Amino acid sequence: MISPTSKEMVTINLNGVEVEVPNGINAVEAAALHGHEVPHYCYHPKLSVAGNCRMCLVEMGTPMRDRATGEVVLSEDGTPKIGWVPKPVIGCATNVSGGMHLRTESDLVTECREGIMEFLLVNHPLDCPICDQAGECRLQEFATDYGRGYSRYVERKNIKPKRTRLGPRVTLDDERCILCSRCIRFSQEVVKDDVLGFVDRGSFSTLTCFPGKELSNNYSLNTVDICPVGALTSTDFRFKMRVWFLKETKSICTESSAGCNTTISSREGTIQRITPRRNDLVNDTWMTDSGRELYKSVRSGSRILRPSFNSNDIPLQDAISSAVTYLKEKKVGVVASCHSTVEEQILTKRLIGLLNADTFLRGHFGDDDGILLSADRTANLRGALVTGLVDHYPEDNLSEINNAIENGEVETLLVIDEDLLSSGVSEENLKKVSIVYLGTHGNATSNLSEVVLPGLSVFEKSGSFINRSFIIQAFEMSIPGPVGLKSQVDVLSEIVSLLCNEEEKETTLDAIWDRFNDGSSTILSSIKFSDLAKAPIQLNGSQWSHLNFAEKPALNYQPIGNENS
Amino acid sequence: MENTLNLSEETLSKIDEVVPKYPEKRSASLMVIHLVQDELGAVDDTACEWIAQRLELQPINIKELITFYPMLREKPWGRKHVRVCRTLPCALRGSYATCKIFEKKLGVKEGHVREDGEYSLEFMECLADCGQGPVVIVDEKTYENIEGERAENFAQLLTDGKLEQSEEFKSYEDSLNQGSPNT
Amino acid sequence: MSVQIPKERRIILKHADDPNYSNRIDCYIREGGYENLKKAFGMKPEEVAEEVLKSGVRGRGGAGFPAGMKWKFLDRKSGKPIYLICNADESEPGTFKDRQIMYKDPHQLIEGMMIAAYAIGAKQAFIYIRAEFHEGAHILNRAIAEAKEKGFCGNQILGEEFSCDLVVHRGAGAYICGEETGLIESLEGKRPNPRIKPPYFPAVLGLYQCPTIVNNVETLCNVRHIIEMGGEEFSKIGKPNNTGTRIWCVSGQVMKPGYYEFECGALTLGQMIFDVCGGLHPGRSLKAIIPGGSSAKVLKAGERFKGTLKDGTSFDWGLEDIPLDFDGPMAAGSMSGSGGIIVMDDTVDIVEAMANINAFYAHESCGQCTPCREGSLWMRKITQRMCSGGAREEDADLLLSVAKQIEGRTICAFGEAAAWPTQSFVTKFKDDFIKKASENAVQKDSSSLQLI
Repeated sequence: MISPTSKEMVTINLNGVEVEVPNGINAVEAAALHGHEVPHYCYHPKLSVAGNCRMCLVEMGTPMRDRATGEVVLSEDGTPKIGWVPKPVIGCATNVSGGMHLRTESDLVTECREGIMEFLLVNHPLDCPICDQAGECRLQEFATDYGRGYSRYVERKNIKPKRTRLGPRVTLDDERCILCSRCIRFSQEVVKDDVLGFVDRGSFSTLTCFPGKELSNNYSLNTVDICPVGALTSTDFRFKMRVWFLKETKSICTESSAGCNTTISSREGTIQRITPRRNDLVNDTWMTDSGRELYKSVRSGSRILRPSFNSNDIPLQDAISSAVTYLKEKKVGVVASCHSTVEEQILTKRLIGLLNADTFLRGHFGDDDGILLSADRTANLRGALVTGLVDHYPEDNLSEINNAIENGEVETLLVIDEDLLSSGVSEENLKKVSIVYLGTHGNATSNLSEVVLPGLSVFEKSGSFINRSFIIQAFEMSIPGPVGLKSQVDVLSEIVSLLCNEEEKETTLDAIWDRFNDGSSTILSSIKFSDLAKAPIQLNGSQWSHLNFAEKPALNYQPIGNENS
Repeated sequence: MENTLNLSEETLSKIDEVVPKYPEKRSASLMVIHLVQDELGAVDDTACEWIAQRLELQPINIKELITFYPMLREKPWGRKHVRVCRTLPCALRGSYATCKIFEKKLGVKEGHVREDGEYSLEFMECLADCGQGPVVIVDEKTYENIEGERAENFAQLLTDGKLEQSEEFKSYEDSLNQGSPNT
Repeated sequence: MSVQIPKERRIILKHADDPNYSNRIDCYIREGGYENLKKAFGMKPEEVAEEVLKSGVRGRGGAGFPAGMKWKFLDRKSGKPIYLICNADESEPGTFKDRQIMYKDPHQLIEGMMIAAYAIGAKQAFIYIRAEFHEGAHILNRAIAEAKEKGFCGNQILGEEFSCDLVVHRGAGAYICGEETGLIESLEGKRPNPRIKPPYFPAVLGLYQCPTIVNNVETLCNVRHIIEMGGEEFSKIGKPNNTGTRIWCVSGQVMKPGYYEFECGALTLGQMIFDVCGGLHPGRSLKAIIPGGSSAKVLKAGERFKGTLKDGTSFDWGLEDIPLDFDGPMAAGSMSGSGGIIVMDDTVDIVEAMANINAFYAHESCGQCTPCREGSLWMRKITQRMCSGGAREEDADLLLSVAKQIEGRTICAFGEAAAWPTQSFVTKFKDDFIKKASENAVQKDSSSLQLI
């Protein structure tokens, strides 16, 4: 994560130890920076502070000042005398300042947490054995730390609705709800879709949607992520899997150029869910619902699972050889892709150079929601610019290929992940040329191809993308690809080495970067892939500021040249 | 805006009058809800949506209020609504017994509307007239010291439709001097 | 030895029960009304505020915070509009004084508010009145119209530059709207969830996040009288730090309950109960008194209170000796709160009284923050069960523990309001609570007083 502009640092006393923290951050964050967890439910770093759960109560004091002179009052040993606030204060609404004293580990603080825990549990159903949240439930976790282990509550618990369909993707169990209001604040503040609210009052307050309305916006599942308990659950994931069986890997959402950071949760090679991963410069802690569905394409019926030659399955090595045959000594056009990773684009660029081929690139566009679904519906259009694949802004149209074919400038097309028929190229023209198709899923173009080379989905390989803000972000492999398939990088490297008759292939991403940066001068020159794997890097994209990018201003995004507006 | 609730011209003009009194439209929520409820007897989901639209809000914003405040209703009370204060000062002066008398005399359980819709009875929290408890509010009139035999008589007059004319039970409101000295 | 019973000194309620006085503007003007508005307009706003500060007048809504000091906290430099709100929610059980003012002498409030608005620079003022005061809202609206017609309110007051509109806003039955930030949220059209402080101190971030002053009805009426007599002169009424009169509301089991206005400290609790209010019903003895509205800690008959007052004098009081001002009930470990004195005699089952109060607080908790929401309902359920034949000996300690887990840990003072009754009732009447465990509720005499 790229750290936001650092603030002025101040010294505070945290549990008796002087520590440095950025001025003005809240006590929960300040304590966390120095390894002290302050439990909390309603506080969320990306939402307004509600202060209602009271779990983050801490002790706070500030140096006492003489009323008349304003001078700091000193105690006998010469240190400033601390005026402790008589009542505990909530950490989430306490902003630190120099000299402040905080106790997050005192007896009183523990007593407060135990009290709040007990209150939260008296009307909670304690149905952890059947609750999806179990294993990642803050209530469960802190109950372990601060719960009594037995109940003093002998009264009847409140009865509330157990299975409310809030929307197409979210199911609500009101009895589990601890009324923290995170979901309501998220809907109001981030999505501006004010559909959730509390009805009734006191302990009978109940989260609901207005009858006839639904929590159906494209961000609804974020409410499930931020629900600290098992009240809001994903209808898709409900009762499907125990979270402790899940393997988590870091990925990047490919839905649009927003480049949301994600966590892929899988079990035994099958992806179970995608959730957002915090990046304060990109997606905060959010992502779209639609982006979470993308893993379903891994097993979709149109997936290309075997290499083929004229529609006959053949071994991959033979398919690559056939592809090379079509590419060699022909006039080649390469339809590159904005969906490709930076590394794939680097190799594509090299291939184009070797073949002296014409380059075509198609953009994909849709409505921009001003949040995290951007108008550019590809993950790496900027990668194509930065790697030098193209120097212009692509259109959602490839009809220029018609002319190239008709003029005899192109005899073989290498098509990466695109469908030419849907972008203005006629079938008649396509039938005049040979096509080598490299991609994960079949389409009308792959159906017309002589050679079809399967590729791996974003979940089955590693690489990097450059998002709308020119932040380059790496992602890692989450699950293995289908048996016998190789990544696009491997396939392209192989083609390149066959074309050059080279023995050495760049099989690692590091090697691809090293070779690319060796002798060329781009904004990537000082970067190694291994750096990227550690943290995203902000690139300077100002040389493309003249291009008419499709994205609108949105969450954490201002069009280039507009950053300060 | 379309008058889908069939509100009277009077209510509509009162709404038009009250909304601009506030720096922000949302502030008028309670007042508009009161006006709608005064005419319709309750604010159901349809009314919620109408009010929300009138104030450029979401219907949930209105429903959140109606379900929070005890004096706002999603279903109407009876034609005569009787409220009895339950809080300690009135309870110390016998309001629980008063409520039981009303339950019997009016034929309706506390918190309910009689089947024929004639009466409804409700325990309320402190009505801020504790010196003269038990306090009873019938519709919008406040009656004081309604206990024991007085409560029996009160309920009788109420069911006989003679409460308004009664000398024995003059409401707090009707006892006020509201006249101009010049008239 | 007979002590002269001090007489009422009616300043705020001077005309309230005069048969020849109506709530119309003619009467008010006849008795010198709106002259003080004119007087205030002859002063600079800061001078008016200074008089209020000098008067030492403390808030009459419950907390007893000096009103002049509250005004001092106002952020006048923000450039944002400043709002004045009159808290007319009068929701603390046992309190019925503001009702008398608004129903019987509404112009006094309007004049006080216009003077206050002038002093703090508010161009928009609101009266937040509880919905049960249906007629009260009508009376106030009519009074405002009358005042506007005569130029005492609204546009260019008294023909001067200064304008301040006044709007009557009705609540809808929620105790929490008496909490000033809950009231502000309610006035903004939201659920009345009190705001966290910091940062939302009304004087800085109040209504619409603008600087806002919220004062009680009686407090604002006092402003009018402070201007009339001058802050200095006003401060001589009552006692130092306890200036002016107070309207005490006596309810419960006394012969003559009602509202009585006395100079602060002019009489003791005993004089109030046994002399002013005619004592208890024949044959009954005193059991307990709640001195400042139901959230104040209960005082037990026979209890003694010892300690030292702020001015250094030591005291040793019986319940009857507690002086009726701000500091007296405070020194006795309770508070004068909103002035609601609730008297309980020996016919009261103290656990039932507790259950009654707990039912109130559970019903009125807004539900926003955990300790209050869950704790108040839990306490209600415990005491309800105790009164239904299900009491256990350990319930007394459990109640105390639950109350302790609420107190001091909530967003607003409701936490204390809910916890203090339980803490004081159970501590002081522990035997009654323990005894419940061996009582069979079914055998209860059907003619006995029922409180829950």
